[in-house]
Amino acid sequence: MEAIIKKRIKQVIKGDQDAFGEIIEIYKNSVYQLCYRMLGNRHEAEDMAQETFIRAYVNIKSFNQDRKFSTWLFRIATNLCIDRIRKKKPDYYLDAEVAGTEGLTMYSQLSSETQLPEKELESLELQETVQKEILKLPEKYRSAIILKYIEDLSLNEISEILDLPIGTVKTRIHRGREALRQQLRYV
Amino acid sequence: MCPEHIIELMHEYLDEEISPIKEKELREHLKSCKECETIFHELEKSIAYVKSISNLQAPEHFTANVLARLPKEKRKVLMGRWLKQHPFLAAASLFLVLMTGSVLSTWNQEREFSVSKQENLVVKNNTVIVPAGEVVKGDVIVRNGTLKIEGEVQGDVTVINGEQYLASAGHVTGDIEEINEVFDWIWYHIKKTAKEATELMERSDAK
Repeated sequence: MEAIIKKRIKQVIKGDQDAFGEIIEIYKNSVYQLCYRMLGNRHEAEDMAQETFIRAYVNIKSFNQDRKFSTWLFRIATNLCIDRIRKKKPDYYLDAEVAGTEGLTMYSQLSSETQLPEKELESLELQETVQKEILKLPEKYRSAIILKYIEDLSLNEISEILDLPIGTVKTRIHRGREALRQQLRYV
Repeated sequence: MCPEHIIELMHEYLDEEISPIKEKELREHLKSCKECETIFHELEKSIAYVKSISNLQAPEHFTANVLARLPKEKRKVLMGRWLKQHPFLAAASLFLVLMTGSVLSTWNQEREFSVSKQENLVVKNNTVIVPAGEVVKGDVIVRNGTLKIEGEVQGDVTVINGEQYLASAGHVTGDIEEINEVFDWIWYHIKKTAKEATELMERSDAK
């Protein structure tokens, strides 16, 4: 896998956009997921995820090829999302989802084939609750928790992505876990 | 109230960085303390919840949308890809270009009168005559001149950039060909090359 990525990156450096398309295909879900969990809005998440790949493409020459590509990519994405949260001033989308209707859209997407059994509907509600609680976390705990439990990354990788010492990453994950426990204990 | 460091142990455990001795201490404490046990389970539960939502997919056409926003690709890469995808066409067009070039240059160079060497051909001021009653053996090629055939040619006749007259008494056993235009000239070369190629293949087949 890493070997394929390395090869594709070399092609991208030569200017080959098809090779970059393959890289996007490999990472689009995890990058989009990271952005969505950070921002909690599909439009913004797609915007930031697209921006992540565009920045990666434009700056591909500054990527150190001895490092892991995904770490670099997640770093771009995390920084973009944190910037976005910090300057979250009026930036409305006309067709933005109204809070609380997220489940409906997910429901309609999933139910196109079959009707959802009650169990799955419940799990959708649970997902919504969990997402809301993640969004309530201060952004520094939020990014650490998302990278750890949703992207399933090691503490080492997270420390590289966030450019923080491992000890700090651990503290943030601990605090994040504690906050989530408080909120989710009665779910 | 339980010692603060039990909570620390829980986090070490959840980070998968706990030492066996500390893990034992934690387990023993959890067995004896309901309150800590609850906290521990709540922590584990919230992690499981967070993990359970990690299956989101990027929107449709995501890759295409990103690619559409990228700065334009370099021409060199586009050429390279085209060549890779159409190797035969690429080879054929390269061949045509080279071929046309070399053939055209010979067309322009060879403006002088010349004729294939056969003993009984009569040459008069850029006019070649196959005299009546004579038999010329082999192919006759005349460049930039006129050919008059009154006798017999046992072979093909080719007149390049000139004319040939076949008298009623004259006779040619092979094909007669007049080439006066550049395209005829190229066509003639292609046919010649093809003929040579097939002859070559037939010869190697015969072996």
